[in-house]
Amino acid sequence: MEMIYLAVVLAPLIASIIAGLFGRQIGRAGAHWVTIIGVAISLAASVYVFSMHVFGGLPTFDGTVYTWMASDLFEFNIGFLVDNLTAMMMVVVTAVSLMVHIYTIGYMKDDPGYQRFFSYISLFTFSMLMLVMANNLLQLFFGWEAVGLVSYLLIGFWYKRESAIFANLKAFIVNRVGDFGFLLGIAAILAYADTLHYATLFERLPELADMTVEYWPGVEWSVVTVIAILLFIGAMGKSAQVPLHVWLPDSMEGPTPISALIHAATMVTAGIFMVARFSPLFELSDAALSFILVIGAITALFMGLLGMVQNDIKRVIAYSTLSQLGYMTVALGASAYGPALFHLMTHAFFKALLFLAAGSVIIALHHEQDMRKMGGLARKLPITFITFLIGALALIGFPGTAGFFSKESIIYAVQASTLPGAEFAYWAVFAGVFVSAFYTFRMLFLVFFGESRMDKETAAHVQETPKVVTVPLMLLAVPSLIIGFVVIEPLLFGGFFDDSIRVLANHGAMAALEAQFTGAWAMFLHGWATPVVWLALAGVAGAAIMYLGAPKVLPPLFARVFAWPKRVLDDGFGFDGFNNAVIAGGTRLLGRGLWQIGDVRAIDGVVVNGAAVVVSYLARTWRKIQTGYLYHYAFVMILGLIGLMTWIVFLNP
Amino acid sequence: MLTSWPILSLLVWLPIAAGLAVMLFGNQRAHSARWFALTVTVVVFLISLGLIVGFNTQTAAMQFVEHVPWIPSFGINYALGVDGISMPLIVLTSFTTVLVVVAAWTVIKDKAHQYLAAFLIMEGMMNGTFAAMDAIVFYFFFEGMLIPMFIIIGLWGGPRRVYATIKFFLYTFLGSVFMLVALIYMYFQAGSFAIPVLHDLPLTMTEQILIFLAFLIAFAVKIPMWPVHTWLPDAHVEAPTGGSVILAAIMLKIGGYGFLRFSLPMTPDAAAELDWLMIALSLIAIVYIGLIAMVQSDMKKLVAYSSIAHMGFVTLGLFVIYMIVENPANLTASGVTLALEGAMVQMVSHGLISAAMFLSIGVLYDRLHSREISAYGGVVNTMPWFGALVVLFAMANVGLPGTSGFVGEFMVILAAFKANFWIALAAALTLIIGAAYTLWMVKRVIFGEVKNEGVRTLEDLNFREAWVLGVLAFLIVLIGVWPNPLVEVMHASIENLAQQALTTKL
Repeated sequence: MEMIYLAVVLAPLIASIIAGLFGRQIGRAGAHWVTIIGVAISLAASVYVFSMHVFGGLPTFDGTVYTWMASDLFEFNIGFLVDNLTAMMMVVVTAVSLMVHIYTIGYMKDDPGYQRFFSYISLFTFSMLMLVMANNLLQLFFGWEAVGLVSYLLIGFWYKRESAIFANLKAFIVNRVGDFGFLLGIAAILAYADTLHYATLFERLPELADMTVEYWPGVEWSVVTVIAILLFIGAMGKSAQVPLHVWLPDSMEGPTPISALIHAATMVTAGIFMVARFSPLFELSDAALSFILVIGAITALFMGLLGMVQNDIKRVIAYSTLSQLGYMTVALGASAYGPALFHLMTHAFFKALLFLAAGSVIIALHHEQDMRKMGGLARKLPITFITFLIGALALIGFPGTAGFFSKESIIYAVQASTLPGAEFAYWAVFAGVFVSAFYTFRMLFLVFFGESRMDKETAAHVQETPKVVTVPLMLLAVPSLIIGFVVIEPLLFGGFFDDSIRVLANHGAMAALEAQFTGAWAMFLHGWATPVVWLALAGVAGAAIMYLGAPKVLPPLFARVFAWPKRVLDDGFGFDGFNNAVIAGGTRLLGRGLWQIGDVRAIDGVVVNGAAVVVSYLARTWRKIQTGYLYHYAFVMILGLIGLMTWIVFLNP
Repeated sequence: MLTSWPILSLLVWLPIAAGLAVMLFGNQRAHSARWFALTVTVVVFLISLGLIVGFNTQTAAMQFVEHVPWIPSFGINYALGVDGISMPLIVLTSFTTVLVVVAAWTVIKDKAHQYLAAFLIMEGMMNGTFAAMDAIVFYFFFEGMLIPMFIIIGLWGGPRRVYATIKFFLYTFLGSVFMLVALIYMYFQAGSFAIPVLHDLPLTMTEQILIFLAFLIAFAVKIPMWPVHTWLPDAHVEAPTGGSVILAAIMLKIGGYGFLRFSLPMTPDAAAELDWLMIALSLIAIVYIGLIAMVQSDMKKLVAYSSIAHMGFVTLGLFVIYMIVENPANLTASGVTLALEGAMVQMVSHGLISAAMFLSIGVLYDRLHSREISAYGGVVNTMPWFGALVVLFAMANVGLPGTSGFVGEFMVILAAFKANFWIALAAALTLIIGAAYTLWMVKRVIFGEVKNEGVRTLEDLNFREAWVLGVLAFLIVLIGVWPNPLVEVMHASIENLAQQALTTKL
C-alpha cells in the first residue's frame, strides 16, 4: 500500500519534471501526454486508495517515508497520513486536476508556453497531494508553500503582461502574510508540544489544554487559542479570508484552467482542509472558533456583494469563490467540519465547472472576458450554456443539486451554533444566499441571454468549443448535479470522518443537524418549504427583472440611485487602495528613510566619513604605491602593536 | 589510510603554492593559467571531499589533526584540525572557488593570471582560517585573506573601487586588531595560543566581557552586523563577480565561525550576559536591513543587504540559546541544538544561495554592463533558462521549503519561539520582507515585456554559465529536500559546543 501512496504523489512529479526540462524534445503532444498519464495514474491510485479505506476497511495509515532532518529532541519527517479525509481530498484533487489537464489541451492550443503550462499544473498536483497527505506540519508547510509557488508561477504565466506580474507578486506577498502567522503557529506547536507529528500532537493536547501564557504583561492567553489563531491566520491567506482576500480576484490574470484548478477547486481550500485536520485542537478554543466564525461570515456576505458589480466574467466567479470559502469557514467556526468539507468537495466540482465553462465562452470569443461584450450566447454555445447553467444552479443551492445539500447543511449548522458571533454569522450566510443567486444569474443572463453585444467580426465566428473542452465540462456537470444527493448521508451522518475529526459535546451544531436529517430525499422535498430556497429564487428573479426584463433601463437606474454604495463596491471596500497607499507605500517610505537616514547619514555620514580626512589621506598615499601590500602589512603591525601596548599598559600595570 | 595524509595542510598550502605558481604564467598565457587554476581548484575540492569520506560523525574531537611547533618561545604551534563545524565550511570554500574560477573564464581578460592567483591564495587562507587550531594561526589567515580580497576589488573593481577597498580594509582591519589584543591577553593567562586550551581557560566576568566585546568587534564587522555593516554593500557593488561570490559565500561565514569557535566557548558567561544585545542586533539585521534592501535600485546592493539580513539568522541562532535555557515555560529545555545547528545550516545555505545570486547578477552584468534594476526588464523573454534559474534562486533566498534557504531559517525561528514569542515574531517577519524585496526585483528584472534594445539582444546562458548555476541549483534543492546528512555531520560537535557555551567559567 505504501508504494501506492508514493505512486500517487510521484507520478505527477515525474511527469512535471519531464515536461518542464525536456519540453522542447518531447514536443507539445508529448508534454500533454506525459502529464495526463501521470495524473491519470495518480487518480486511479487515489480511487483505489479511497475504496480500500472507505469500503475495504483499511485502517488509517500513518507512516514515515524518510527522515528529513533530526536535530535536538526532534525528528522532522516526510510521511503520509491516509484516512477517509485524506482519501477524499486525494480523489477530489486528482479528479479535478485530470479534467483541467484535458481541458488545457484546448484552452492553451495556440500558446507558446504550452509545455511549461503542463509542467506547472502537474507540479501543482504533486504539491497539493503532498499537502493533503502530510502526517506532520513540516510537510504540510512544504505543500502549503509549494502550491503557493506554483500559484505564483501560474498567475504570472503570461509574464509579459504588467497586470499579471503585478498580480502574482501581490498573491505571493499576501499569502506570505498568512504564512507568517502559520509558521509562528507551527513554532508554537513545537514549543509547547515538542512535536510536529499530528497524532503525537493530538495525544499531547490534554496537557496543553489548561496551559496559559503571558506574552504581554497582564494579559493571559490560553496556549491552544494562541496556536489556533496563528494557524488560522495561515488559512486566511491561503483560503483568501478578509482582509487577506485581496490577492484572489487579481489572480484571475492567470489562464482560466488554473483559475479553476488552483484558485477555486483545490489550493484555496487548503486552509479549510487544514482547520478540519486540526479539529481536535480548534475544538479546545471557543475564542478561536468564534474568531473563525466571524471572519468567515464577513467574507461570505461582503465578498458576495462585490460579485454583484463586476463586469469581468472571471472576476464574478472569483468573488463567488471568496464568498463560498467564507461559507466553509463559517461552518468550521460552528464546529461543523463535516459540512465544511462536504461543501469543499461539491464546490470543487461546480466551481471548476463554472470556471471551465466561462473559459469555454472566453475561447469562443477569442479571449474576451468582459460581459458587456457578450450576450445571447445560449444558442450558439449550447453545451457550454447547459453545463454553465448546471454549475450556476449548484452554486445558488437549487434543490437537488450538489450545492443545495452542502450549503443547506452549513446554514442549519450555523443556526444551531451557540458561540459568540454565531447569530451574526447566521444572518450573514442567510443574506448571502440572495446575493449569490443574484450575481450568479446576473452573469448567466448577461452572457447567454438578451441581445448580442459582440462586434460583428467576433459574432460571425462564434462556434461551440472543441471536444477537449466540452467533454471535461460534461464530466464535471455530473457530480455537480448528483454528488450531493448521493453522498450527504454517508459523508455527514455515516461516520465517514470519525477517525479524522473530533467535535466536543458542547459544540452541538452537528448533533442538531443530525437530529433534523431524515434522508437526502426528504431533505430535497423539505427544501422547497424553506426560506433559504425561496430567498435564492428571489435573487434569481431579481436578476431576471433587471437583466432580462429591462436591461437598458433598470441597471443604469440602480447605478444612479445607489451611486454611493456602488462606488464602495466598485472600490472593493477600499482594501486595495489602503494596501497600496498605506501598507506598500508606507513600507517603501520606511525602507528609504532607514536607508538614507540610518545608513547613509548616521552611520556612513557621521561615523565612517567622520574619519574622512584620514581616509582621503590614505587614499592619496596608497594610490601612489601600486604594488604596496607589504606596506599595508607593516602598517597593520604598527597599529596592532599600538593597540597591544595600550591594552597591556591599562590592564596589567 | 586517508587520515595519515596531511589533508588539511594540502588544502591550505596547495592552493597558495599554486597561486604563486600561476603568477609565472604571465599575461600572455592566460589560457594555460586558467586551465592550471581550474585543475588545482578541482584537485583541492576533491581532496576536501576526502574530509567527508574520512570524517567520523560520532565524535566532537578534532580530526585530521596536524601539530608542528612553529614559534616555540611564544608557545605558537602550527596546529590544524577540523570538527563538524569547520569541515562543511572547508568543503564549501573549496567548492565555491572552483565555481569562481569557472565563472571568470572568459570574463576576466586583463591580468587573468593575477586574478586567479589572488583567488587561489585566498582559498588557502580561508581553508586555513577554518582549520586553524591555534589562535595565532587563525589570526594569521584571518588577516592574510584581506590582502588578496583587497587586491581583487582594487584592481578588477568598479569605478568607486578605491573608496570601497579602503572602507573594506579599514573596517575589517580595525575590527581584527581588537581580536589580536584579546588573544594576546589570553595568552598571558593561559601560556598558550592553542584554541582548546583557551576554551578551558577560566576567566572572570570582567575579563570575559572585555574579551567578548573585542571578539565581537572583529566578528561583527566580518558578518557584518548592524551598525558596522555599511562596508559590505559598497564592497559588493565595486567587486568583480568572483570577489562578491567569495565575499558573500565564505568571508561572511568567517565571522559566524568566529563566534562559534571563540566567543561562545571562551567567554560563555559574557555571551549569556550580553545575549540581549546580540539578539537585538540580529533582529535589527533581519527587519531593518530587510526594509533597506527593499528600496535598493542596484541589484548587487540589494543582494548585499539581503545577505546581511540572512546572516542575522546566524547570529540569532547562536545567541538565542541563552534565552532558550532561561525560559521557564520550556519544560524539556530543548531547542539549543536546534538553534545552533540552524545557524550552521543557514551559513552553508547562504553560501550557496548568495553565490548563485551574485553569479546570476554577474551573468547579466557581463552582457549589458549594468547592475541597475531599471536597466533590465523582461529578461526571461530572451533568456528563458536563465530566468527559470533566477526564479529558483530567488525562491531559495525567500526561504521556500524545498530549498536550502528554508532549512536554517525554519530551525532558527522554531528555536526562537522556545525562547520568546516576540523574538520569533520579529524573526518571522523575514517571510514577508524577504519575499517583498526578492520577488519585486525578480518582477522588475526578469518578467515583463522586453524593456529595451539591450535586453532584446541578450543571449541565454552558455554551457559554462549553465553548468555553474545548474550545480548550485542542484545543491540548493538537495539540501532543501534532504538536509539530514549535513546536520548529521555537525551533531557531535554542536552538542559539545552547546555544553561549553552553557557551562559557566566563573
